[in-house]
Amino acid sequence: MTTISSFPAQPLAHPTPATAPAERSWLALVALGLLALLVTAAAPAGLRGPAFWLGIALLSAGTLGWSWWKFGQGPAGVRHNFLWARSSTARGAVAWMTGIVLTGFYVVLYWWPQYLENLIRPLDGLSQTLRHRPADQWFLYGTFYTLAVLLMGARALYKYRHSPYQRIRTGSVMFFQLGFSWLLPGLLLALQKPEFYFSYFWPLKYDYLFPGTVDYLVRDGRALGVFMVFWGAVMSLVATPVLTYFFGKRWYCSWVCGCGALAETAGDQYRHLSDKSRTAWRWEVRLIYPILGFIVLVTALLWLGAAGVLPGWFTSPHSSGLPLVDGVSPLEGLSKVYGFFIGSIFSGVIGVGAYPLMGARVWCRFGCPMAAYLGLLQKHFSRFRISTNGGQCISCGNCSNVCEMGIDVKQYAQRGEPIIRAACVGCGLCSTACPRGVLNLENGPREGRYQASPLISAESLRILE
Amino acid sequence: MHLVIIGNGIAGVSCAQTVRRLQPEARITLVSSESPHHFSRPALMYLYMGHMRWEDVKPHADWYWPENRLELVHYHATAIDVEKRLVHLAAGPPLAYDALLLATGATTRYADWPGQQLSGVQGLVSKADVELMAATTPGVQQAVVVGGGLIGVELAEMLHARRIPVTVLVRDAHYWGSVLPPEEAALVDAEFRRHGVLVQYRTELAELLGDEGGRVQAVRTSTGQELPAQWVGIATGVQPNLSLAQSAGLDTDRGVLVDELLQTSVPGIYAAGDCAQRRQPPPGEAAIEPLWYTGRMQGETVAHTICGQLTPYRRGPWFNSAKFFDLEYQTYGVVPPRPVEGQASFWWQPARGHCGLRLHYRLDDNLTLLGLNALGLRLRHAVCDGWLRQGVSVRHALEHLGEANFDPEFFPQHEEAVLAAFNQQNPTLLPLVLRRRKGLLTRLFST
Ligand SMILES: Cc1cc2nc3c(=O)[nH]c(=O)nc-3n(C[C@H](O)[C@H](O)[C@H](O)COP(=O)(O)OP(=O)(O)OC[C@H]3O[C@@H](n4cnc5c(N)ncnc54)[C@H](O)[C@@H]3O)c2cc1C
Ligand code: SF4
Ligand code: SF4
Repeated sequence: MTTISSFPAQPLAHPTPATAPAERSWLALVALGLLALLVTAAAPAGLRGPAFWLGIALLSAGTLGWSWWKFGQGPAGVRHNFLWARSSTARGAVAWMTGIVLTGFYVVLYWWPQYLENLIRPLDGLSQTLRHRPADQWFLYGTFYTLAVLLMGARALYKYRHSPYQRIRTGSVMFFQLGFSWLLPGLLLALQKPEFYFSYFWPLKYDYLFPGTVDYLVRDGRALGVFMVFWGAVMSLVATPVLTYFFGKRWYCSWVCGCGALAETAGDQYRHLSDKSRTAWRWEVRLIYPILGFIVLVTALLWLGAAGVLPGWFTSPHSSGLPLVDGVSPLEGLSKVYGFFIGSIFSGVIGVGAYPLMGARVWCRFGCPMAAYLGLLQKHFSRFRISTNGGQCISCGNCSNVCEMGIDVKQYAQRGEPIIRAACVGCGLCSTACPRGVLNLENGPREGRYQASPLISAESLRILE
Repeated sequence: MHLVIIGNGIAGVSCAQTVRRLQPEARITLVSSESPHHFSRPALMYLYMGHMRWEDVKPHADWYWPENRLELVHYHATAIDVEKRLVHLAAGPPLAYDALLLATGATTRYADWPGQQLSGVQGLVSKADVELMAATTPGVQQAVVVGGGLIGVELAEMLHARRIPVTVLVRDAHYWGSVLPPEEAALVDAEFRRHGVLVQYRTELAELLGDEGGRVQAVRTSTGQELPAQWVGIATGVQPNLSLAQSAGLDTDRGVLVDELLQTSVPGIYAAGDCAQRRQPPPGEAAIEPLWYTGRMQGETVAHTICGQLTPYRRGPWFNSAKFFDLEYQTYGVVPPRPVEGQASFWWQPARGHCGLRLHYRLDDNLTLLGLNALGLRLRHAVCDGWLRQGVSVRHALEHLGEANFDPEFFPQHEEAVLAAFNQQNPTLLPLVLRRRKGLLTRLFST
């Protein structure tokens, strides 16, 4: 957005062309909207309603207008000009500021929600209508989140309108976010049913297979609750392997999941920032599989605890004096520690706060146990692969550049090998961005899935260990 | 064995990688004065447009070279001592070699235009070129690009990204007249217009006019026009870097002359890539093939010969690809720009939509497929290559067109429409029936 002409990230692309007046006016609307929301946070009771809705209206109109201006008019195509030259998208001052604001928002939301009171109250009306109860900080969060997915989803639809795959996929994440993560849980509350997200599964929504949650759902939701438990278990343990077998991890990560929805829409402008280095890959493996292992272990222990087969000291409360886990059993302590460090800090504060600096998939890549689980399935039990087109690769690097999961796609493409990586979420951007039509996401027979093209003689060098 | 390679472009690097595989113990040194590490030359444009950074256009990370024991020397090679088998460098001790590969690439070809030495006049081949372009284009109000080939359109796209108005001068009556048939060229021309780039056909550069400071101010064209331009891009072709080979006394013509094993006139010295010219190319093939793909294949081929497995260079059916602004282009086999006696071409283009497909074939009993052009459509290289090697009929190719469809999921499938058009244009032939749809899965169900 803003350009700082002396910004060093990509010297050859400087100075970037001045922002056109029309684009500036759309961005000014966005800025005014944000300002109005800031005013709301400190406004007296009478003013906060109008200021809040004015802010939302300006923000929405500005984002939609800007998206149309920037991507919707003129010929459609891959538009990545000056991505690595602008302060906002190349880790410049604007990006740092954005990161700090996002992180700050999460910190306030989690630990000091009282400061958001002025933003929560204007949503009471909406919350009453949808959920038959007053708004709280989570309703505010869910609403902002959904709005971000919808508005930036519109941007993605404009930007990638030349690609049916991207259009349909973007439509899908917008649909699941609005319908399954916002409307339906609200509606369930209105009907006095347990709040339940039908599009989140264990181990991402780790407590959905905890004995405590199962208990509560069955007790409070009766028949529907039983169905919810059944749904959660079937989706995690049966549907996930089956769907991943046929379509790869993408059916979830870039078509359904809410974390993916935000990454693919609001985070689209940051996808190139993911680190492609071997070191980053090593960290990925070091973090994500232990996290999966930890949550599987905690879940198993909880069930063993519930069955009464664990020693008593492990399942009975202790006053340890330690923060976070004081007065709970070691077993519950484990699940609390997981919930705090992984469920809250990693997935929210770091995950979204790092968008403008490390790309939008930090959580999905380094933290998410669901992604780890899907990834193992994708790598070993799936028909999915990204085919490379014979010898057509020119090693230009566009595919690796846009890969939000930090996969160095060109390493495979330039050797004519299919890309079968646990991390790949099947966003399809590498295929969309490749200027030579080299990459194609395909589901097909598993025989020969790893076979390289004979049109390139793959040198058997150590490319990636 | 110590193999010294001059040039760390795709030809030199492919050779180094292949030799490392064939002879794990060989010592391999890559010499280049352009950049310490190998990079993708076709990606230079993306640097200027801010899509990527320098490290993003390097095909391998920096750790790759030491881990594979490929020694890198970042100096200019100044002379070859053929007798003593030494390469002299601009600095440091000379390198003794057992085998030497010249993979010195090419530079911009200038046609001796008056004023071509003015500042603001340049080509785009090297890293230094794109750096110069970044330094000399700010503030430019009008630019002219000379040349209707692949680098010309890249230059136009780069300037367009900076919102610098650009006019492209093209010698032929249509774009890339030496390669593209008129229908394909018309689609490319539409692409230029969609992006607001002016193209003047049948127009050549006559002279470059400068100001007192020595900066270009305008160009005069062969049609007598004077176009103001503070920056002029020369994209009329490249010429091999020959000076090293010439001063060493190797046989040269336009390029370093090589036989089919890619050996030069001096034993132990080889040449590959943009700088190499084959003495006797097979009929229908060019003596110099200045492409990334051919550079890679030549590099791999010559590596085998260097390691003692004498391997003639046979590249198989031709293929190439490019992108004209947003329009992707792929070609396989031989598709001549003009009609050829005894051959026919079937061109399909939808009434609406920005794409097209051509199948070129011989008018024999089999109607043998000779080549394909695709614009705005992606074709599967392996399938097209197989068809061309087997010499299948154009009828077979069309009936199995789905097999060659490499478009992403959910893209419109045109196979039915293409077949219908062919049947309509050839009423005397037995009508074609689509036998293969798109996708890997259908392989199981096809006839
Ligand atoms: C802008 C542009 C876009 C292109 N796009 C495509 C494309 O899309 N598809 C495609 O197939 N092809 C494309 N090409 C062509 C392709 O890049 C070249 O064919 C290929 O890079 C040639 O590789 P090479 O290894 O033969 O030589 P080069 O890559 O030119 O490498 C030769 C190296 O040797 C160095 N050198 C030369 N002499 C000396 C010396 N005496 N001492 C030390 N070092 C020396 C040079 O500086 C250079 O670094 C493009 C070319 C350009 C310029
Ligand atoms: S696969 Fe495509 S985008 Fe990736 S390096 Fe090769 S040509 Fe470039
Ligand atoms: S490899 Fe391609 S499809 Fe997979 S995550 Fe990366 S960009 Fe998306």
